[in-house]
Parts: sequence; structure tokens; C-alpha cells
Amino acid sequence: MSLGVYIARRLLQMIPVLLGVVFLVFSLLHLVPGDPAMIMAGEQASPVQLERMRERLGLNDPLHIQYLRYLGNALQGDLGSSVRNNRAVTQEIFTSRYWTTLQLATMSIMLAVFIGVTAGVVSAVWRHSLLDTAIMLVALFGLSMPSFWLGIMLIFWFSVQLFWLPAAGWGTLQQAVLPVITLGTAGAAVIARMTRSSMLEVIGQDYIRTARAKGVREAIVINKHALRNALIPVVTVVGLQFGFFLGGSVLTETVFAINGLGRLMVGAIAARDFPVVQGAVLVASVSFMMVNLVVDVTYRFLNKRIELS
Amino acid sequence: MGLSGVRKVQVSQSLSSSFTDDTGSIVAQPGIAPIGRGRTLLRKLLANRAAVVGGAYIILLLVVAAAPSLFATHHPTRYQNPTNRFAPPSSEHWFGTDNLGRDVYSRVIYGTQVTLWVAFRSVFFGMIIGVTLGIVAGYYGKWVDALIMRMMDILLAFPGILLALAIVSALGASLDNVVIAIAIFSVPTFARIVRGSTLAVRNLEYVEAIRALGARDVKILAQHVLPNVLSPIIVQATLYIATAILIASGLSFLGLGAQPPIPEWGLMLAAGRDFIWNAIHVTLFPGLAIMLAVLSFNLLGDGLRDALDPRLK
Repeated sequence: MSLGVYIARRLLQMIPVLLGVVFLVFSLLHLVPGDPAMIMAGEQASPVQLERMRERLGLNDPLHIQYLRYLGNALQGDLGSSVRNNRAVTQEIFTSRYWTTLQLATMSIMLAVFIGVTAGVVSAVWRHSLLDTAIMLVALFGLSMPSFWLGIMLIFWFSVQLFWLPAAGWGTLQQAVLPVITLGTAGAAVIARMTRSSMLEVIGQDYIRTARAKGVREAIVINKHALRNALIPVVTVVGLQFGFFLGGSVLTETVFAINGLGRLMVGAIAARDFPVVQGAVLVASVSFMMVNLVVDVTYRFLNKRIELS
Repeated sequence: MGLSGVRKVQVSQSLSSSFTDDTGSIVAQPGIAPIGRGRTLLRKLLANRAAVVGGAYIILLLVVAAAPSLFATHHPTRYQNPTNRFAPPSSEHWFGTDNLGRDVYSRVIYGTQVTLWVAFRSVFFGMIIGVTLGIVAGYYGKWVDALIMRMMDILLAFPGILLALAIVSALGASLDNVVIAIAIFSVPTFARIVRGSTLAVRNLEYVEAIRALGARDVKILAQHVLPNVLSPIIVQATLYIATAILIASGLSFLGLGAQPPIPEWGLMLAAGRDFIWNAIHVTLFPGLAIMLAVLSFNLLGDGLRDALDPRLK
């Protein structure tokens, strides 16, 4: 199967999942116990106001009509408008919020890959050494630390005690340092563990033994023969982590007061602004699916090259 | 080189009494005698120092959660001393006091109960539903399989904690809703693992033979499929308790889980956050509590995985 056919097939397979995701996001409003119109309009809303809210959200129509309308509008890039300020949800999301989160997630994944791959390779090459044990222990702590707590501790040390870095906001490089470490740490840990086990598997294989037996220098065996193949499965993990960062930035954005997609969502939840919550969840999920698609295609492409060579 | 050779011998010995398959994915090793497996498992687990440390800490957590009043020095909510707010750690208040003059140590102790109760319940429900769906999908195959697995794909299309966040946002902020959200979040992972293992077991010759002899589906599933998919389920459940603790405390941190004055670790962090300038102990200790709890379940989960399935390194 050529790569083009594969991509086309993957895109087709995404359609039912996408429909399901839109359905779940749409259903959120109907999971709300009680009358969603009342909750959004407020307890003191008059019957007229309630009716207007219902009308506006289309709650008077049968469910399947509501779903089809939501889907149809979403396909045309219309995710409704905010109950709070009447702005279009897409405008709320894409004016700056989405790009802020994307920047944060991208910088964090770059940090996570750099540290994770380096640590994983070092660990695998010097397997069972003190260094390996230390790296894996640190990785385990990195996995187990709540990111929001790590963020608070970093603020305490580097902002409150040392005055080195700002504690909040987004825009300058200094402001990016602490949030990127906060978001990237768990990812670095996951990638380090994955890289290590993948490297160990490759190093144990016959062609590596052959290369060594031929007298190829160890550095070349590791860098040229082993690493290239070991990193292929790591690509999948990196993609998953990147997607998680898009969703998981909620906590980091809250700790550092960064006006990204996550903080938009938290604010909208507090204000019971459901169209914005739905829109933000949908946009994050679709982004995640796209990232996964790119990762799968990359994975296949890399595997193909190995088959050919 | 030499080391990996030695390891391989060990691995093949430990597998000598079991079926092996070459699919390479997470599948059960069917066919080991249950008692022998239990003893070997325990011996292997006890040989793993990290897993022993994790397990011991979990036992401590369980004891603390079962009888927090034995460990606490003050009442977690009723003891308030407005004249002694933000007191640093001392012999009277081991972890200091918070913004209401409450004893942070006692609140962390009582928080153990809150956290474990949420984590265990959510993983239990998620596991029951996920395992059932996975077995049904893997055993019956065809359109049932396709339908269930597509549904799981949909749930997996939400990145990270977003699904849990969305569910809680609709249902309302409470710990019970956090349990529901995390349970739903963990369903697809269990379903996927169990489906794979069920497929592998279903196609084993002895299972096909039993089926040919006319055994009922329910009996085959309960007596032959379920015991054989237990190992990956146990490993996954242990690791997922760690994840559940992280997500639950995260949701509480965002104000979507436990509500004041419940002594929940994530909520304590959220409250203490505004006071890191003068009282870092209010956030330091609940955070350490979360990290150590998560770490211990990760250690035990890793150990169980190594002991149950040596090929999954």
C-alpha cells in the first residue's frame, strides 16, 4: 500500500471517530443536571429570558435536529457564541488563545524530546550502571509529580526566592522557561523510559552484534545503527505526549496565569459558558487527532525506509 | 552483551511452564498452574526492591486511610486557630498551619482517605466496564468488536485529562463526579488490553477444543478467558490508580473536584497557592503526599509487570 493510499484510508477512518467526538461534545450540554438554559441564564432569569436562552441554544428542537445542526455548523467553522460576551466561540479560541497553547505545547515537547531521548540513550548504553539507575529513578519521580505542584515549587524557587524568572504570563522567553519545564517534565520522563527500552531491544538484536563483531566502533554502532531504529517507536510516544500537552496545559496555564486554550476552558466552566467549553474541547480533540495522524504517517514512512534499505 | 545473554536464559526459564506467543503485544501467558504462579509471582516481586518499597508505602497508606484518627494530631476541619495562621512546622504542628490556622499534617493524613477512596472507586468502575467491553469485543469479534472498539477510539480522541474535565464540567463539581469522569477516562485502555489478550486466548487450541465440545460462552469466558487476561489487567489497574490520583487531585486543584473544607490534597494545594510568598509549607506537604502516593503505585505497577510478564521490559 502506497503512502498516499494509507493517508487516504486513515482520513476516511477518522470520519466516524470525528462524528462520535462531535456527538459527545454536543451531549455535554445535555448531561447537565436540570435545565441548561436556567443554569446559563441564571437562577433569577425571567420566563422570557429563559425562553430566549432556549431559543438561542436551540433547546426547543428534537435532539437529533440539535445534533445535526451543531455538526453542520461545526463543519462550517461555527461553534456558536459565548453566553458571557456574545463573541463567536471560534473567535474566542483562535484569536490568540489557541496559538498560545500551541506555542507552550511545542516548546514543551521540544524540551521533553531533547531531555528524554538523551537520558534514555545514556541509560540504555550504560545499562545497570549507577547512572542508569539514577536516570530511571528521576524519570519515575518526573512521572509521579503533579505538574501543578511542580509549577508552584518552581515559582517558589525561581520567582519568590531567587527573583530570576517571572511567575506569570506569556510572551517573553523568560516567561516561557518555568511553564515549559512544568509541562515538559512528565513527557520527558515517559520519553526517557520508552527510549531506554526501545534502545535495549535494538541493541540486543543480531545486526548490532554483527556490526560489533565486524569491528565497527561502539560510538558508530550506537549512533548510526541502533539509535535510528530505536527512535521509530519513540515517535509514537512523542506524538501522544504532544497531544496530551495540548489538553494537559490546562493545569500549567492555571498555575502560571497563561491565557491559553486551557485557561479559557476553566474560566468558561466556572461561568457555565457551555458553548465555549464545548468549542474548546472540540478544537483540542481535533488537534489531537491531527497530531496522531501525522505521527502515524511519519511512523509508517520511517518504517518503509527501513524496509527499502 | 554478556548481561543480556544471562537475562535471556532467566526469561526462558520463567516461561518454560507457559505458552508463549510471538505477537509481541500485551497479552496474557495462559496455562500456568495458578498456585505455582502465585508463589513465583510473590518471590519475583519480593526480589524487586523498588516494588517492595512501593508496596510497603501503599500498605502504610491503606492503614492511614483506614484509621486516620490514630495518626492525626488535630481534627482536619474543626480545629481552627485564627490567631495561629501560617505557622511554620513545629513540634505542635508538624507540617505547620494553613490560612485558617488548621493543622496541615492532620489534613494531609485525612486526605489519604479521600484520595484513595476516589482513586480505587474510579479505577474499579473503569476496570469492570472496560474489561467487560474488551472481553465481549475480543470474544465475539465481527461487528460487535468493530462497534465497541470504534466507541473506544472516540473516547481516546480526547487528549489527556480533557475528557474528565469535560464530563465534570457538565455534571458539576464534586468528588463523585470526578469518580465517574476518571472511570470513563480509563475504560478504553482496559478494553483495548483485554480485547487483545482475549483474542490471543480465544484462538488457543484448548479453548477451541472446549468450545467444540459444546461449552457455553459464559463458561468459557469466566473459566478460561478471564483468568488468562488477569495479569495485564492487574498491572494496568495498579498503574491507573497512580494516574487516577494525579487526575483527581488536578481536577480538585482546578476547583472541579473536592469542595472546601474537605481535606483533599489537590484542593489544599489550590488554597495554599496564594500564600507561597510567606508559607510554602501549606503547598509543599500536600504536593509531596500526592507525589509519593503516585510514585508508590507506579513502582508496584512496574514491579508487577516485570514479574508477570518478563517480556514487557
